Amino acid sequence: MKSFTYERPGTPAEAAAAMAQRPDAKFIAGGTNLLDLMKLQVEAPSHLVDVNGLGLDAIEETPEGGLRIGALVRNTDLAADDRVRRDYGVLARALLAGATGQLRNQATTAGNLLQRTRCPYFYDTAQACNKRQPGSGCSALDGVSRQLAVIGGSDACIATNPSDMAVAMRVLDATVETVDAGGTGRTIPIAAFHRLPGDEPERDTVLKHDELITAVTLPKPLGGVQVYRKVRDRASYAFALVSVAVVIQPDGTGRVAFGGLAHKPWRVEAAEGELPRGPKATASAALAGAAPTPDNAFKLTLAERTLGAALKQARA
Amino acid sequence: MKFDTPAGQNPIDRLRVVGCPTDRIDGKYKTTGTAAYAYERHDVADHQAYGYVLGATIPKGRVRAVDTAAAKAAAGVIAVVTTLDVPKLGLGTMNYASLFGGDRIQHYHQAVAVVVAETFEQARAASFLVRIDYAPEAGRFDLAAEAPHAPPAKADSGEGSGADGAERVGDFEGAFAQAPVQLDATYTTSDESHAMMEPHATIAAWDGDRLTLWTSNQMIAWAKGSIAKILGIPKQNVRVDSPYIGGGFGGKLFVRADAVLAALAAKAAGRPVKVALTRPLVANNTTHRPATIQRVRIGATRDGTITAIAHESVSGNVPGGVPETAVDQTKLLYAGANRLTALRLAELDLPEGNAMRAPGEAPGMLALEVAMDEMASMLGIDPVEFRIRNDTQVDPNQPDRPFSHRDLVGCLRLGAERFGWAARNPAPGQARDGQWLVGMGVAAGFRNNLVMKSAARVRLDAAGTVTVETDMTDIGTGSYTIIAQTAAEMMGVPLDRVVVRLGDSDHPAAAGSGGQWGANSATAGVYAACTKLREAVAQRLGINSADADFAGGEVRAGNLSVPLAQAAQAGELVAEDAMEYGDLAKRQQQSTFAGHFVEVGVDVDTAEVRVRRMLAVCAAGRILNPKSARSQVIGGMTMGVGAALMEKLSVDKKRGFFVNHDLAGYEVPVHADIPHQEVIFLDEVDPTSSPMKAKGVGELGLCGVGAAVANAITHATGIRVRDFPLTLDKLLAQMPDAA
Repeated sequence: MKSFTYERPGTPAEAAAAMAQRPDAKFIAGGTNLLDLMKLQVEAPSHLVDVNGLGLDAIEETPEGGLRIGALVRNTDLAADDRVRRDYGVLARALLAGATGQLRNQATTAGNLLQRTRCPYFYDTAQACNKRQPGSGCSALDGVSRQLAVIGGSDACIATNPSDMAVAMRVLDATVETVDAGGTGRTIPIAAFHRLPGDEPERDTVLKHDELITAVTLPKPLGGVQVYRKVRDRASYAFALVSVAVVIQPDGTGRVAFGGLAHKPWRVEAAEGELPRGPKATASAALAGAAPTPDNAFKLTLAERTLGAALKQARA
Repeated sequence: MKFDTPAGQNPIDRLRVVGCPTDRIDGKYKTTGTAAYAYERHDVADHQAYGYVLGATIPKGRVRAVDTAAAKAAAGVIAVVTTLDVPKLGLGTMNYASLFGGDRIQHYHQAVAVVVAETFEQARAASFLVRIDYAPEAGRFDLAAEAPHAPPAKADSGEGSGADGAERVGDFEGAFAQAPVQLDATYTTSDESHAMMEPHATIAAWDGDRLTLWTSNQMIAWAKGSIAKILGIPKQNVRVDSPYIGGGFGGKLFVRADAVLAALAAKAAGRPVKVALTRPLVANNTTHRPATIQRVRIGATRDGTITAIAHESVSGNVPGGVPETAVDQTKLLYAGANRLTALRLAELDLPEGNAMRAPGEAPGMLALEVAMDEMASMLGIDPVEFRIRNDTQVDPNQPDRPFSHRDLVGCLRLGAERFGWAARNPAPGQARDGQWLVGMGVAAGFRNNLVMKSAARVRLDAAGTVTVETDMTDIGTGSYTIIAQTAAEMMGVPLDRVVVRLGDSDHPAAAGSGGQWGANSATAGVYAACTKLREAVAQRLGINSADADFAGGEVRAGNLSVPLAQAAQAGELVAEDAMEYGDLAKRQQQSTFAGHFVEVGVDVDTAEVRVRRMLAVCAAGRILNPKSARSQVIGGMTMGVGAALMEKLSVDKKRGFFVNHDLAGYEVPVHADIPHQEVIFLDEVDPTSSPMKAKGVGELGLCGVGAAVANAITHATGIRVRDFPLTLDKLLAQMPDAA
């Protein structure tokens, strides 16, 4: 860990302004990912802007009938919220499938969206990684890639996004609210929030350096049966090999997003029309163009079968 | 005391304290955070500085130059010692990869420097400023690629499982060719990491030319000798102290880089230095259980009598290293007139492979006991019955050499009864519980019992307190408690009158913790010392020791009854002795046995495997403390689930290192993976093992259980996977159509 300076601003505008002054600064909220990365010097900010004093910890109903979730609402609190449990079950289930009770107590809504990949080469500073050190290459391409992306990757990066929550947010069409140092706010659809790696894998999201997430908003409830099915090598405290978030309506139509497959939660709206025809048709439409490695080709079969399991559960 | 004839009646047989389920006497210290582990021993030396170890970032080659200027100038830095600052150091006993010194790099994360600073954070930050110029060389990292030309090996694991390159009885090839039913199958197991909770850690301090290490080590006498050898200093100038150990599993049998670099750093800094290996270094800097490729051939008659059995294994290691002795159990577990076992060893440029809990048997039983299940299936015989049919009461290699006591059949029969085996449909893929395909599997458990010389000193003071001093270690196993129970039984005092001091090399040398020999051997050493103390007490009290009964805090003889403490009124009584062994273990084979029964569910869609029930029935001589013995067995069963389902150090075969070098990437079972585990100990004694009549259980719980998991998966699904761990990707392609 490199030495760093630290400040704790009182308003979102001050926080964004503090970032604008320091190109080498990072926001810190729960710190469950950033601190680990700093200890390994995967991240080495020389200034931290602590956003824990900003409030932003309420869950409010919106005029449109949705929910506005403050950026600092802890994962535990979000998963336990009665409105979330009643109307957005897929989100509560995804949250509880992630990490551990201790981590969820600390981790925030915005921080969860910003957690970095778990690619082992990203974590080992002796190895080439374009995400950690742009231009250094990608050791994962011909290395151990069992956990890594099967679709949407590039020659520069095949990392996956590790978040469970983000997969549920994607299937629910959440929007991300931000403010920058100039006081300008914007609303980013979750679909456009996370990036594919392309030739800039160091950029996980479309956020600008001085842009602070203030809230994540859920549209009005979708109804339907909501399932989050996470498949991993052990029963708890592991990142997904594949996960599936589905919302299925009584008429058999619905939505599906996948985790563990790509650099971002993977949802292809055009494929959702296939849902009434079953998992095979849906998965093959959603995963068309996949380019797995020999290590992770099994994820394509697993994604289809996990979707099948989720659909069975939804229709049971 | 010499143990060379089977034990007769002795004070231990009273079982007033020994044999009773007893809470561990160190439990309250551990649960209240007052048991100080190596890195937390703030009080043992003043002005402790912090050392941070740098690992090499190439797997093979040379260090051309090290630039430490920026690191030395960094805040708080006291000293930097690099591998070029010292000549290549010697190797410790039974170690094969250099720990430090010189310019050669043998494996990834080999220690190349230690940075010493006033705080841990300063040392760590400065370590990133050390610039190392490497000359990398091509290496060999792929066992499967090296295996075809790996030469035969002769080996001893250091834990008693000594396997020759090849051992033959009868005519295996001829008998196998003629066998009406033949199995020829190859199994692979993965590299595994000890992944103990407490990483390797040491505080080192020099007083002139005398070195003290407060460390975390399973084998104190070995550590003392090895550190002296590595540093080139006289053994008598070294003290090693390791009273509490946060898990070892064989990873702390040996002196590792933390101890060596703490010593060198303390010298350079001129003050005590503490060093802990970071979690990533545990995987690649220390030792691991090596991967194996094992071929098992079994020939049998149609009625299920084995006529030919062969087990061959190839593993890899650093040049000069030893093979994983995965074939040893196959020499002893089943009958069969024609036999072959063989080991081959490939040179690899990966980190050093060495002992991990039940070296040899842990991976070897995965192969053998799956092969037995496959053979039973081919024969159409129940797998419990097939094993029973091929039981042997003698060493099959030397039929005039019996087992001292062997009740594998009893383990299997009782286990089958308790587990509800009779209700199992022999056909696979038939049982269903909602989304789960359900299956039951069985395997034998087998691990040899080893006896090791072990010494202790016992003191009796005027207050009647009995104090035991020995360098025996407690790696979480319960050594403190069984040693206290032994002394209490021998001296006739309650448990709370006994104080136990362990892990200090100034104490008499004990057997140490390894190879599941610790419990029986260390308590036998305490038995010997207590026997001597009883004589001293009797003499002091003017009683014939043969007539004396030590009970209820008193010494009784005839009508005489004297408080034990009275013997020490004129001064503390001290007795020291060791238990040494004759050739009983040579004349009779001492082994421990188990029947492992497992029920699994396999998700019909995703092929996720979840263990639903586990039972181990163990036959391991007298159980000294059923409570801590059960803990040992369920810990072994849990580790077996890990080996069967998830544990694997993933090798980057191009870059030459274990990629998943943290506890997020190297998965071991968590609570949610482990169901209720039942353990039954058969009520037995083995008078040939020691006066304690006990045998080891610390590894028995692991040996075979992974195969029972694998066999249960096959029973659930009809799918046989021979490549461990059995992760769901290996099952998926053969799973029934789920749609």
